[in-house]
Amino acid sequence: MSFRLPNAGCLIDRSNPVSFTFNGKPVQGYKGDTLASALMAADQRMLGRSFKYHRPRGLVASGGEEPNALMNMGEGARFEPNQRATTTEVFDGLTARSQNHWPSLNFDIGALNNRLARFFPAGFYYKTFMKPQWAWKHLFEPIIRNSAGLGQVPTERDVDRYEYFYAYTDILIIGGGVAGLEAALESGRSGAKVLLLEQSPHFGGRFMVDDIEVDGRDGPAHIAHLLAEIAKLPNVTLRARTQGAGVFDHGYALGYERLTDHAPAATPRHRLWRIRAKRIITATGALERTLNFAGNDIPGVMLASAVRDYIRLYGVTSGARTVVVTNNDDAYRTALTLYAAGLEVPAIIDARPNGGGEMSDQARALGIRIETGHGVAKVIGKKHVTAVEVCLQSGTGGAVESIACDCVAISGGFSPVVHLWSHCGGKLNWDEENAMFSPDPSRPPTDQNGEGFVLAAGTASGALGTNACISTAVTAAHQAADEVGRSIKEEAAPRLTQTPDETPMAPIWTMPAQAPYKLRSKTWLDFQNDVKVSDVQLAAREGYESVEHTKRYTTLGMATDQGKLSNINGLAVLAGALDAEIPQVGTTTFRPPYTPISLGSIAGEASGPLFKPTRKTAIDGWHKSHGAIFEPVADWRRAYAYIQAGETTQDAITREILATRGAVGLFDASTLGKIIVKGPDAGKFLDLLYTNMMSTLKPGKCRYGLMCNENGFLMDDGVVARLDEDTFLCHTTTGGSDRIHAHMEEWLQTEWWDLEVFTANLTEQFTQIVVAGPNARKVLEALGGTDVSREALPFMGFIDGKLAGIQARIFRISFSGELSYEIAVPASQGLLLWNLLLQAGADFGIAPYGTEALHVMRGEKGFVVVGDESDGTVTPHDLGMSWAVSKKKEDFIGKRGMQRSFLMAAGRKQLVGLRTLSDTEKLPESAHAVEGGKAIGHVTSTYFSPTLGHPIAMALINGGQSRMGEVLDFPVGSKVHKARVVDLVFYDKEGAQQDV
Amino acid sequence: MLLLTCPYCGVSAEETEFHGGGEAHLKRHADGSSDDAFTAYLFERKNPKGIVFERWRHVYGCGKWFHAARCAVTLEVFGTYSAQTLKPPKSIITSIKAKRPDWEEIS
Ligand SMILES: [Zn+2]
Repeated sequence: MSFRLPNAGCLIDRSNPVSFTFNGKPVQGYKGDTLASALMAADQRMLGRSFKYHRPRGLVASGGEEPNALMNMGEGARFEPNQRATTTEVFDGLTARSQNHWPSLNFDIGALNNRLARFFPAGFYYKTFMKPQWAWKHLFEPIIRNSAGLGQVPTERDVDRYEYFYAYTDILIIGGGVAGLEAALESGRSGAKVLLLEQSPHFGGRFMVDDIEVDGRDGPAHIAHLLAEIAKLPNVTLRARTQGAGVFDHGYALGYERLTDHAPAATPRHRLWRIRAKRIITATGALERTLNFAGNDIPGVMLASAVRDYIRLYGVTSGARTVVVTNNDDAYRTALTLYAAGLEVPAIIDARPNGGGEMSDQARALGIRIETGHGVAKVIGKKHVTAVEVCLQSGTGGAVESIACDCVAISGGFSPVVHLWSHCGGKLNWDEENAMFSPDPSRPPTDQNGEGFVLAAGTASGALGTNACISTAVTAAHQAADEVGRSIKEEAAPRLTQTPDETPMAPIWTMPAQAPYKLRSKTWLDFQNDVKVSDVQLAAREGYESVEHTKRYTTLGMATDQGKLSNINGLAVLAGALDAEIPQVGTTTFRPPYTPISLGSIAGEASGPLFKPTRKTAIDGWHKSHGAIFEPVADWRRAYAYIQAGETTQDAITREILATRGAVGLFDASTLGKIIVKGPDAGKFLDLLYTNMMSTLKPGKCRYGLMCNENGFLMDDGVVARLDEDTFLCHTTTGGSDRIHAHMEEWLQTEWWDLEVFTANLTEQFTQIVVAGPNARKVLEALGGTDVSREALPFMGFIDGKLAGIQARIFRISFSGELSYEIAVPASQGLLLWNLLLQAGADFGIAPYGTEALHVMRGEKGFVVVGDESDGTVTPHDLGMSWAVSKKKEDFIGKRGMQRSFLMAAGRKQLVGLRTLSDTEKLPESAHAVEGGKAIGHVTSTYFSPTLGHPIAMALINGGQSRMGEVLDFPVGSKVHKARVVDLVFYDKEGAQQDV
Repeated sequence: MLLLTCPYCGVSAEETEFHGGGEAHLKRHADGSSDDAFTAYLFERKNPKGIVFERWRHVYGCGKWFHAARCAVTLEVFGTYSAQTLKPPKSIITSIKAKRPDWEEIS
């Protein structure tokens, strides 16, 4: 059983009890407890079930590396799956539920998988579910989806807030153990700006747990001393509960701060630190490795260092009777700690033939039994440990003795946490003596100057002893301070440390050495993803030599813990099976974040209305208060139609079109791009930019133009007005204003920089209002101020003048096919003009119309819309617009591209009109034309035309121009729509309506 | 996320302030060029594992296009320079050669 000890526990406050629930049951802990330690105190040993076999699982570790104790945390809009019990601080009202079982933690149907384990070998997904093909979708996948998977997916929208924080520092230190704090103090004394991040709520790391003496102080006292010294330095910032999540290019790093997970409050929940540091010191410590023997996943088998952590930090023990199994000296600390806490240690099983050093003598002197050269053949127990069978390490697992126990503390040696060193390309060395990968200081990640910007310190650098740990931290601090231009003048006196002599560890990758299949197939490497020694060996036999391939095939190290405990053991087993050296097999790639961070923190404040700003015209408020429904167009929102009482959307569109064609309509066209191109070479430049000729345009006149990219594909269109000899105003599509302005600048700056031309994007400076319809002129005349007669202002001309006292530029251009004026005024006057036009137009039947009415009317006229009729693979020729492609110009963007053979070939899709055979059935959007079982084109625009009283459509059809009169099939679902290929222009082909 | 210095306004800024524009010093082939030359201009890029010459625009700053000489492997930046040049200036080549004596420009 596991229980709370009468004293001990330097992080908990026994005067401050905390109540929470686990699987609906009330549990009590203390302030300072993690969910893991509080559940341990409540003797809750089984905390979940494994992913594949649904085996009972309990705690293995005490920190972020924990693979098993994952919880469904919180409720409703604060529900979150896969939260680690070991990094969750308890608070009043916390709710946690265990995962991956049905119907209950104790009785689970999925555990049947465990009995069938033989049928779930490595790569079973690939092997078992290959055939028949239908079975994957209808049989296997639904079953797997129901029984596999970790936590549940949240169903409600996250109600918490998140934010970014930008920080710039000389030196960033990741890890607040002794190495990080020593480095912070030392580099802080240089005057450099230092930021230190610690993922847990407290500082000190292993110094809070292990019996270490520094300068006459014990571990916790030394940490307190360092914190007090650092507090005197205003240039050093420490941040707890903040994980150094990732290291990126040129000294960029991410910190993940958890502000309210331990104490709900109204502040943002998580804060993502976006940090630029000149130098980064990784003082991230080391993680203990598991030992590979049969049944090593049964609840009660834990890392020896974690057993010690729970006693010293939280005053809880994972067992009353603990067998320690090790291949190194560190685990003896656990035996001594257990003994000191008054707990039974029936035996220390040391796989090394000659056992350990000074601490083993201490243990022996206390009367603790030590068996050297021995190992564990298997663990006995179902839902928790009841005994271990001890055997000779060198043998095949013939048990020599069974020792009753309720906890097994294991240590397979240590692996430096090299993740952050490796994220941005830092390379590793294989340390033969300690059987671990450690950072190679000669091959660090490099910055913009080609210099290493990451320094590893403490055990994270591979310095496992206390002396080396502190001295590497001091050295790293000096180097970092030097490199940021803040050299340390006074050398601090070296620390005097007292630590016992240790005997080298022995690499033990399987226990016992000759374990037969029966044992290896019950020996877990990756607890979370249920990968066993036998799985990795099978993968090797099946030809998987690359560690990256083996990872994907067996799923080793692919779970939410990313193999923090399993990586090296898995590599070693793979190397053994391939008969290769471990460094030759290599590691898998370490990728950020170090442990999972919330999606909310990555989004920051960019959610809901802040996700993307909405651009609104000066008249937007009027639209909104007059029944407009909006559609997004690029970043803008535009009025789609104005719905009046009792109208459907279609009713409104029909009314708006008939009013415009019959009387006069009013349209907010302000979103169109308006770019000024000015300079002595402006005409020459526009000739290069547009497919047609612009330099011949006379001042005061407008010309419609097309723009292509170098491929010869249409990218934008619009009306160009020549304001004077040197100045053009280029209108672009709504989505094109920024893009086309950038396109112009790119060519001006990078190809034709000899041209004397300037551009300015004035899109938002002007409101542009369309007055279109037979009564349009009467409305403008009612406002007065400028002669807008046919003689003074002919079609495709423009004029600068006043309308009702407002300075305006009035264009005679038309996208509706009606008599049409486009009036540009300063944006500040836009709403005023709109209201004046409405007043003046009241007697003439004026009606505002939205973008859908605009689209239908242009469809009736056969005008194209870039992005509807074109999709980035369409040339002007395909659209029947060869008239707008100059044959005279020597060069323009896209000229050479259009001459490519496949763009000149016959049979390309060409734009045509479509007339449905039925007068009531509109063609569906994007419907494909099918001929002889093959798609020969598709509908690009489709509308019901109220003007004509029947549906109309445009389509890109293979060789469309030569198919006039043909009837094509458009099958959609079980229905086949039929439409005749006709001319594009359905309404007023002569253009009589617009040129009056 | 890279740090780059705009040679026009002198600002050293985060990569998110810039917009990448691919390989620099492409020769434009227009009317009259062969199919091969034109295809190469449109689509074929050197993409060396090592030193690259890239186009960038200081899009959330001064708006100017410039070029950067950078190692795609170590992320070292050897310099940024005006986009209005047909080949990297001597000073850039010198600073590359100083660190990478064996480097040869791919033509
Ligand atoms: Zn700039």
